Amino acid sequence: MGEVTKLIHKYLRHDKKFPHVWCPGCGIGILLGSLIRAIDGCGFKKDEVVLVSGIGCTGRLPVYVDFNTLHTTHGRALAFATGIKLAKPQLKVIVVMGDGDAVAIGGNHFIHAARRNVDLKAVVVNNSVYGMTGGQYSPTTPYGAKTSTSPYFHIERPFKISELAIVSGASFVARSTVYHVKLLDELLKRAFLKKGFSVVEVISHCHTQYGKINRIGSAVDMLIWQREHAIPVDKAREMKEEELTDRFVIGVLQDRDFPTFEEEYEKVRKMAKKFTEI
Amino acid sequence: MRKKKKGKEVLLQGNEAIVEGAIRAGLKFFAGYPITPATEIAELLALKLPRIGGTFIQMEDEIASIAAVIGASLAGAKSMTATSGPGFSLMQENIGFAIMAEVPCVIVDCMRAGPSTGLPTSPSQGDVMQARWGTHGDHPIIVLCPSTVKECFSLTILAFNFSERFRIPVILLVDEIVAHMRENICLEDENIEIVNRVKPSVPPEWYIPYEDTPSGVPPMANFGDGYRYHVTGLTHDVKGFPTSRPEEVDPFIRRLFRKISQNFKELQLGESFETEDAEICIIAYGCVARSAKRACIEARQRGIRAGLLKLKTLWPFMRTEVEKVLQRARVVIVPEMNMGQISREVKRVNRGQSKVFTINKVDGTPITPEEILLKIKEVY
Ligand SMILES: Cc1ncc(C[n+]2csc(CCOP(=O)(O)OP(=O)(O)O)c2C)c(N)n1
Ligand code: SF4
Ligand SMILES: [Mg+2]
Repeated sequence: MGEVTKLIHKYLRHDKKFPHVWCPGCGIGILLGSLIRAIDGCGFKKDEVVLVSGIGCTGRLPVYVDFNTLHTTHGRALAFATGIKLAKPQLKVIVVMGDGDAVAIGGNHFIHAARRNVDLKAVVVNNSVYGMTGGQYSPTTPYGAKTSTSPYFHIERPFKISELAIVSGASFVARSTVYHVKLLDELLKRAFLKKGFSVVEVISHCHTQYGKINRIGSAVDMLIWQREHAIPVDKAREMKEEELTDRFVIGVLQDRDFPTFEEEYEKVRKMAKKFTEI
Repeated sequence: MRKKKKGKEVLLQGNEAIVEGAIRAGLKFFAGYPITPATEIAELLALKLPRIGGTFIQMEDEIASIAAVIGASLAGAKSMTATSGPGFSLMQENIGFAIMAEVPCVIVDCMRAGPSTGLPTSPSQGDVMQARWGTHGDHPIIVLCPSTVKECFSLTILAFNFSERFRIPVILLVDEIVAHMRENICLEDENIEIVNRVKPSVPPEWYIPYEDTPSGVPPMANFGDGYRYHVTGLTHDVKGFPTSRPEEVDPFIRRLFRKISQNFKELQLGESFETEDAEICIIAYGCVARSAKRACIEARQRGIRAGLLKLKTLWPFMRTEVEKVLQRARVVIVPEMNMGQISREVKRVNRGQSKVFTINKVDGTPITPEEILLKIKEVY
């Protein structure tokens, strides 16, 4: 059996009603493969992995894989995950979200999860649009782009998700695209093995909505766009600010150590036990 | 007869008794966001939960609080949050999630006068219908309402018991007066059995997480226990996978209702005071039931045969008990600190047997025994 077949057998849910919901060529499928390879590479047991998601095309990912899986409400996945992790810290809690999920409706939870540093792994699929609801603009839609709710042109400036995670206090932050799939495998694995709140931003494409309305072309054209606009972090360091406009940096953007919420709370428990009943 | 040993009495606030009840019930996780008049619950649990190996966390808002509570419960911890009207409104979407995914948890709503920010420190009973229908879609719910500090303790335990047994969020609806009032209570004397969720007895490969059972409640595996399954707010089949097939959707939604309706009797917690021969009967709950009891006593001193049915379960509505009252009493009065939320239900089941009057107070002050007595005399 080939490596891919083995992984499919081991991790996909064969009693789930396939086919999946995604459009042919969507980047979320590439991420699913990468996620499975990374988890397998980390050597986690299936029983100890909890895969949590919000709502959106990205939110549909967990149902296909044989872990403890939780498909929550739009934007709230990190808050649900916080409860799971604190109630059972031995679990590996991985959260997949769309860009709207993570930084629009869930933006408040996102920055606070980063600040709080609960040991959660956040994987954000940034396709610059609301895929599931039909291509409306999201907080990461670029200025000037067309979407179904900015039919003339988009007038807001986009969030940079990774940079937002860094200033909010995340322990580990990295970015890849679904084109750079080897890098994506590696970054996910590093994030999963890192202690503390870790974010991997995955630049992806929604060719059926965003690609179509902006006349970028097919899924392949959008993958080529990713290849041409991504700058590896080492190379970016040697480049000038203005050379980086309209580009984005891929690789590990932040890697630092803070005590986790769980570790700090253990100290609280120890101290609390010293005090007698009041 | 052997005399029951009496334990030590303590003077507790309603909110403090809720905390004691929750801990007795096995609470291990609390997530909340500060709001008057519920804050004492969070503060006390921040102090007490770490001592017993539990976890307290103050989240960024009430949406996150209820989400974390549901997550913790899925991982196996008995979980609770506490809030007031504005926060309760924010929680509604995820309360629906807990109903849909059948995740046990307890939500305390210490009611204050609304709508909106309203009167933050004034009492009200304005959230009765929100507790019933606050989240979207057709759904069952259990709502309990204490009127004494002792009931704050016992009904909190029952709230956990019901939520674990029926896999449903249970709402404890407390008014500001009961939440902040202090009364003597002996915690040791309260012996209430503790109920835990039924876990699967089959091996993981046989486990069907949302399978129908005679009780309507499927056994619940906790995340990490070796039973890997899917939990979603989408309408799902017996395996937990999303479905839109009518032949799968219909039995699922009906089972959610059936697991509650077939246990109606047990869920009806009421207390009757002098209702046997009452010509005039008051139906009340929360702090108003206290004033109503006083009014009944005084009415009887004046030769008026008055009685009281106190509702401790608000939802599912105590139809059978209320019907008995409506059949016996000539006149029924429903005093409430809202414009008439439970009285609507009473009128709905009345069918002309009795005359139903209401007292509605919405100025942020309690309904007094005198006001009820006045009404009794007026309609007697
Ligand atoms: C509270 C709430 N508001 C709105 C929606 C509708 N909705 C579903 S998915 C979605 C946006 C999804 O976009 P994103 O998070 O970027 O995920 P994608 O589909 O692009 O992967 C919206 C607005 C919802 N499900 N819940
Ligand atoms: S709508 Fe866009 S994001 Fe959703 S599956 Fe299709 S291509 Fe992917
Ligand atoms: Mg998106």
